[in-house]
Amino acid sequence: MRPLLAVYLREMLLLRRRFWRVCLGMSVSPVLYVIAFGYALGAGSPVGGLRYLDFLIPGLVAMSSMTQAYGVSSEINIARFYAHIFEEFQAAPLTNLSFVTGEVMAGITRAGLSTVLIVAIGAAFGVTMHCGPLFWVAVVLNAFVFASLAVWSAMVVKSHADQALLANFVITPMAFLGGTFFPLERLPGWSQRILDLVPLTHAARAIRAEALGGAAAASDYALLVVLGAAAFFIALRSVDAARE
Amino acid sequence: MIVIEDLRKSYGERVALDGVSLTVPKGQLFAYLGPNGAGKSTTIRILTGLTKRSGGRASLDGCDIEADALAARRRSGLVPQQTNLDNDLSVGENLDIHGRLFDMRRGERQDRIAEVLAYVELADRRDQTVRTLSGGMKRRVMIARALMHRPAILFLDEPTAGLDAQIRRRIWALIKRIRQDGTTIFLTTHHIEEAEFLAERVAFLDQGRIVVIDSPANLINRVGAWAVDVLGEEDMETEYFATRAEADHGIRGRDGSVTIRRVNLEDAFLAMTGRKV
Ligand SMILES: Nc1ncnc2c1ncn2[C@@H]1O[C@H](COP(=O)(O)OP(=O)(O)OP(=O)(O)O)[C@@H](O)[C@H]1O
Ligand SMILES: [Mg+2]
Repeated sequence: MRPLLAVYLREMLLLRRRFWRVCLGMSVSPVLYVIAFGYALGAGSPVGGLRYLDFLIPGLVAMSSMTQAYGVSSEINIARFYAHIFEEFQAAPLTNLSFVTGEVMAGITRAGLSTVLIVAIGAAFGVTMHCGPLFWVAVVLNAFVFASLAVWSAMVVKSHADQALLANFVITPMAFLGGTFFPLERLPGWSQRILDLVPLTHAARAIRAEALGGAAAASDYALLVVLGAAAFFIALRSVDAARE
Repeated sequence: MIVIEDLRKSYGERVALDGVSLTVPKGQLFAYLGPNGAGKSTTIRILTGLTKRSGGRASLDGCDIEADALAARRRSGLVPQQTNLDNDLSVGENLDIHGRLFDMRRGERQDRIAEVLAYVELADRRDQTVRTLSGGMKRRVMIARALMHRPAILFLDEPTAGLDAQIRRRIWALIKRIRQDGTTIFLTTHHIEEAEFLAERVAFLDQGRIVVIDSPANLINRVGAWAVDVLGEEDMETEYFATRAEADHGIRGRDGSVTIRRVNLEDAFLAMTGRKV
């Protein structure tokens, strides 16, 4: 347990060092989206009987918890390719399970922090969300999926540039199409079926349903659990690949 | 004790280690000498779990580095060639994380941090951010960190590279002290005096192969006792003699710049591999 916590606490110490900068970084793009899409573009057009802002902000929670959880991949890359701290982990009696769990927990923590910030930003713009236990479960599951993917990708890439490429081709499209900014029903049927395979779609659906005071579908949670477990397993298997 | 049998490593086509075998008995200070690219770091990286071997076997105090990897890692401390501290954290935090990674309790960690920092003469730097330390201090912090969990075997990959002569001597004294405390030390270097001054046994490594393993004194004796450097037009030639009288005789009638000196480990390396360390 102690080695696992070492991995997690190291990330937390680094986060604490940069706390205000990180918070600022986590807030900038949601605020911009709220202004650009919420006010400038969508202010007048309701979505499914909702004000657009009420629709958008829960979507931003899903998007932000995804990108922040995935952000641990950059931290690991810096540790691996620049600071070489990753060698400390490799030379320590640390199991792959402890390493991956520690980093995934760090990803979930970052996602939680960004969610708190967006809830606050939403409140500032007059949007109140219902943040009950199932809302948080959805956030955590979403973060679990993407932090696990982040660890996997950080282990298999050969440079930090590869990582950026991966983020550009996988994470960014998901962020825009996964039900964050507009309901999937507005897309053609074939693309809806593709997006139904994307974890963010389910996370956004569950988070939004809970945030609006409704009840999310159990199937969305189940899918996130299954995808998260699969990603976590792949991440575990990938750690040895980094021992070139 | 370190036992390596026919260790091999290839990166694609490039062969980095071509069947290295050696044994370092418990408590010995062993130096691994070779030019750039000889495979020194690769050997250490394999022994400490950073890189996978392509073939052969190795064990640390009887623990196989692959089958019993965690136990092997628990016994070894590593000071890698490149600085790898968390720059944004304090010296104490860096050491504390290391202690946690090696499953040390809080109280034990706190005491040991004070102990190892005093040992490397950095007790007053515990709360300083690593970024603001000098290169020599960082190297000593890395040594302190490697000692945190009281490893039986310490791997030092070029511990004095890039440091000035004074700091280098300080680190040598430190390494001798660690050795006296009973730790087995595996040291790589291309500072020839470093190996000569510190090591009980030396291996010459060249292009992934061990050329010879012996004590520094024996290696030097194989070549001779006295060396005569004759500076020619293009380069320098060196001749070796068993006694001072023979050397004096040998330089008679030579013109140009001639120096007589004791043979050192560098001569031995040059004579046996045909290249400089
Ligand atoms: N990750 C890697 N990928 C490909 N080749 C590598 C890698 N690491 C080392 N090598 C090659 O393996 C050989 C041995 O390298 P190694 O780092 O072990 O040398 P060294 O003896 O430590 O040299 P130096 O004194 O420069 O530190 C070199 O030819 C090097 O190019
Ligand atoms: Mg090296």
